[in-house]
Amino acid sequence: MASPPSRLNIYDAVAANRWRTVALITVFTGIITALGYVVGEVFTPGGGLAVVPAALGLSGVSATASYFAGDKLVLAQSQARELAPGEESQLRNIVETLSIGLGIDPPRIYLIDDTAPNAFATGRDPKHASIAVTRGLLDKLDRTETEGVIAHELSHVVNRDIRVMLLVTVLVGTVALLSDWMLRSFAWGGGRRGRDRGGSGIILIVAIGLAILTPIIATLIQLAVSRQREYLADASGALLTRFPAGLASALRKIAADKEALEVANKATASLYFANPLKDAPRALDGLFDTHPPIAERIRRLEAM
Amino acid sequence: MEILIPLIVIALIAVFVVGLYNRLVTLRQRVREAWSDIDVQLKRRWDLIPNLIETVKGYAAHERQTFDSVTQARAAAITAAQSGSPEQRAQAETALGAALVNLRAVAEAYPQLQAVQEFKDLSENLRDTEDKIAFARRFYNGNVRDYNTALQTVPTNILAGMFGFTAEQYFEMTDTAQREAPKVSFS
Repeated sequence: MASPPSRLNIYDAVAANRWRTVALITVFTGIITALGYVVGEVFTPGGGLAVVPAALGLSGVSATASYFAGDKLVLAQSQARELAPGEESQLRNIVETLSIGLGIDPPRIYLIDDTAPNAFATGRDPKHASIAVTRGLLDKLDRTETEGVIAHELSHVVNRDIRVMLLVTVLVGTVALLSDWMLRSFAWGGGRRGRDRGGSGIILIVAIGLAILTPIIATLIQLAVSRQREYLADASGALLTRFPAGLASALRKIAADKEALEVANKATASLYFANPLKDAPRALDGLFDTHPPIAERIRRLEAM
Repeated sequence: MEILIPLIVIALIAVFVVGLYNRLVTLRQRVREAWSDIDVQLKRRWDLIPNLIETVKGYAAHERQTFDSVTQARAAAITAAQSGSPEQRAQAETALGAALVNLRAVAEAYPQLQAVQEFKDLSENLRDTEDKIAFARRFYNGNVRDYNTALQTVPTNILAGMFGFTAEQYFEMTDTAQREAPKVSFS
């Protein structure tokens, strides 16, 4: 297990994961479009198509905003401060070395003053990327374990996962916003129309059902995208360090650590290296988890 | 109208060929950029060596032979960088790595030396540089592999022949001692 993994297997894993991710994001855009269409149909039968551009426009605007400023928002929310030059030189060396291996400029490094071991990466592309680690990660992990975690996070950077995760987070927000509007407008306008015309009563029921279900589905998709990406980043990280055992050992230590990361919240949880909340409900077969089970991540790393 | 169809076909082919050509240029450019990463780190290693030797000399002055072989290997590596082929350069740098492994082995026998802060810093810098050389080399070789594969596969191989794209060489530092060198620890 400590032997270097064969290249081919990891490349296969990377390719398969990437394909699944593309499919999930396509479904997401479809959901927003469908939601917009149904809203339109309820208010003006046959007018659904007119609303589609507005729905796409709304998600476009919020996505653009998060594209340019989302990383700063996340870092501020996590109370991360940028490392001064010369501070934490071992961490800086690890980040620089692994960045050279990926051919990217080293991202900016941030420190979160919390004893729970964790890390995340954010930004829009490798040239505008930041990586944040907690004090606890530096204290509790040894060098090869830290290398595993940093390689995992840099894989998020180089695969453009950081961008996708920022955008997906915003798209979920947009879906929630849209369905909220729908439910409100049914209460005021749609209901009256429903009584005026018998035919739209059924459409209205369907629409209300959709408005309630869609954000739930959207959240599930966000979580699934996030979970897939963790496997992908584990695989690429192991490819970079050629030492899956280091990452597996880091995961074991973090799993054993029961402390929750106080600066993380539900919105930012899926960005982290491992679920920072530690109180994830285990109901519905892990459907609402932000991260894949650590045992499964370790198993996949050891199979490489 | 009929005259348009062949024109469109020709235009499509032209777009396709331009795309392939640009892909080859991009791949070759990546190889060259990756090379500069290796170059920077190899030079950083040369720069560390004189100070390292001076520091070790202060505690192990009679290990003259080891110092000389490192100094000579460093000079040979610098010469190879200026006038040699990539292969010769790789050989010279491999030899330098092996000489440094000897120097480290010698240094291990002097406990007082191990306690000197300057020596610790230099050792850590050297270790860091050799890690970076290893990763830069891996990134470079990955890019060479992508580029060389494109040169050999259809349809880019046809263009490569027409426009004179030639295969790039891998940068291999084959000495086994060198491969293990980055994991040597002084503490």
